[in-house]
Amino acid sequence: MPEIRVDGMLVNAAEGVSLAVALLSAGRTRFRTSLSGEPRAAVCGMGVCMECRVTIDGQPHRLACQVQVREGIEVRT
Amino acid sequence: MFDAIHSFDVILVGAGIVGAACARELADSGLKVAVCHDSDTVGAGATAAGMGHIAVMDDSDAQFALTNYSQSLWWELAGTLPPEAEFAGCGSLWVAADDEEMAEVHRKSEYYSARGVAVDVLDSGGVAKAEPNLRRGLAGGLRLPADAVSYAPAVARKLLTGIQLLRGRVVSATSDGIEFASGESYFAGAVVLATGADLPRLAPELPVRPRKGHLLITDRYPGYLNHQIIELGYLKSAHSEDADSVAFNVQPRVTGQLLIGSSRQLGVDHADIDHAILRRMLARAVEYMPGLASLNGIRAWTGFRASTPDNLPLIGLRPGHRSLYVASGHEGLGISTSLGTAKLLADAMLGRPSAIPREPYDPSRSFNHHA
Repeated sequence: MPEIRVDGMLVNAAEGVSLAVALLSAGRTRFRTSLSGEPRAAVCGMGVCMECRVTIDGQPHRLACQVQVREGIEVRT
Repeated sequence: MFDAIHSFDVILVGAGIVGAACARELADSGLKVAVCHDSDTVGAGATAAGMGHIAVMDDSDAQFALTNYSQSLWWELAGTLPPEAEFAGCGSLWVAADDEEMAEVHRKSEYYSARGVAVDVLDSGGVAKAEPNLRRGLAGGLRLPADAVSYAPAVARKLLTGIQLLRGRVVSATSDGIEFASGESYFAGAVVLATGADLPRLAPELPVRPRKGHLLITDRYPGYLNHQIIELGYLKSAHSEDADSVAFNVQPRVTGQLLIGSSRQLGVDHADIDHAILRRMLARAVEYMPGLASLNGIRAWTGFRASTPDNLPLIGLRPGHRSLYVASGHEGLGISTSLGTAKLLADAMLGRPSAIPREPYDPSRSFNHHA
């Protein structure tokens, strides 16, 4: 089971799932915060709605639903 | 038959930044003004499609005079603009790729300095420090700290505050008024055509041709850029009459988004994205700023600049008419020069002296030597 770090906390993810699934499985429902302060999370799951953007290893605006979970990645929501 | 409701001192056709600025100036001069537009919002044409770069340019003395005058007016207006106008004095940075372009930096520096415009010449290290995301090894650059950016449709809206809007497609305009496609007519003491690249529809004898451009906007990456950055090769691109051309031109928005340009195409009349030229444009941008390739672009669009044979706008009386005026042909500088255009046009209409000579922009000038 890959171990990832989300906002500094260790999270165990299932093998072979997308980062969006890993975050939701861990109970994380706020992937990012909109400009007006509202919580945002994955909606379409297929790379279209752009709602699931997170920072992965320092790279902003990566789509969590389009990234397969890998051991050791550092995610910021 | 006289109908007071259907009569104005001046009717302007076109509610882009140029039409809006002219309307504001004329209304502030005490005239009863109306503005015709045929989109859901004002500023929906080139005003919305363009970058909103407010630059002082030196292609010609006349271009310098108008851009410099206009920029001083922009800075006067800036304090009154609402936040949605996103006015930001980020400055421009012209970058030189090689020694030949660096010689151009020095030439420009002398030109601007001699005319009282503040500039900084940067060497290779200075450019890298000013904009760390540019590729290493550029020869240098020229910074114009007083250049700015703005979201022009919001400025157009602000300028049109309190001015009567008439919605419809104008099919004919004379010295006495306009007629809409619906058949409805309005009378005016004078009419101004501020229709950008659409000018030939109402004034076919004037030498305005649409020059298509593409832009792409990215997601938000605050701090990625500090200035509007343009390659010096842009000028070669902007003057190209025949071939399609692209040039690196990137702008930081207040939101942290980046606007990436630019392309120029003459003789194309459809507004669809041309993927081949969009790809060339982005490849050019990535040559200068390699990291752009890993950013998310969220939207691309096109627009049409109103180009003229001598790269100067048409401001003043339409030749052969009593009180039918023109304010068009601003190519890629309509936002930069809108406020100066408004002053010159109002001066011409009201018989006032102007802060700079008006002759270079007179629509009756000769274009033959540029043909």
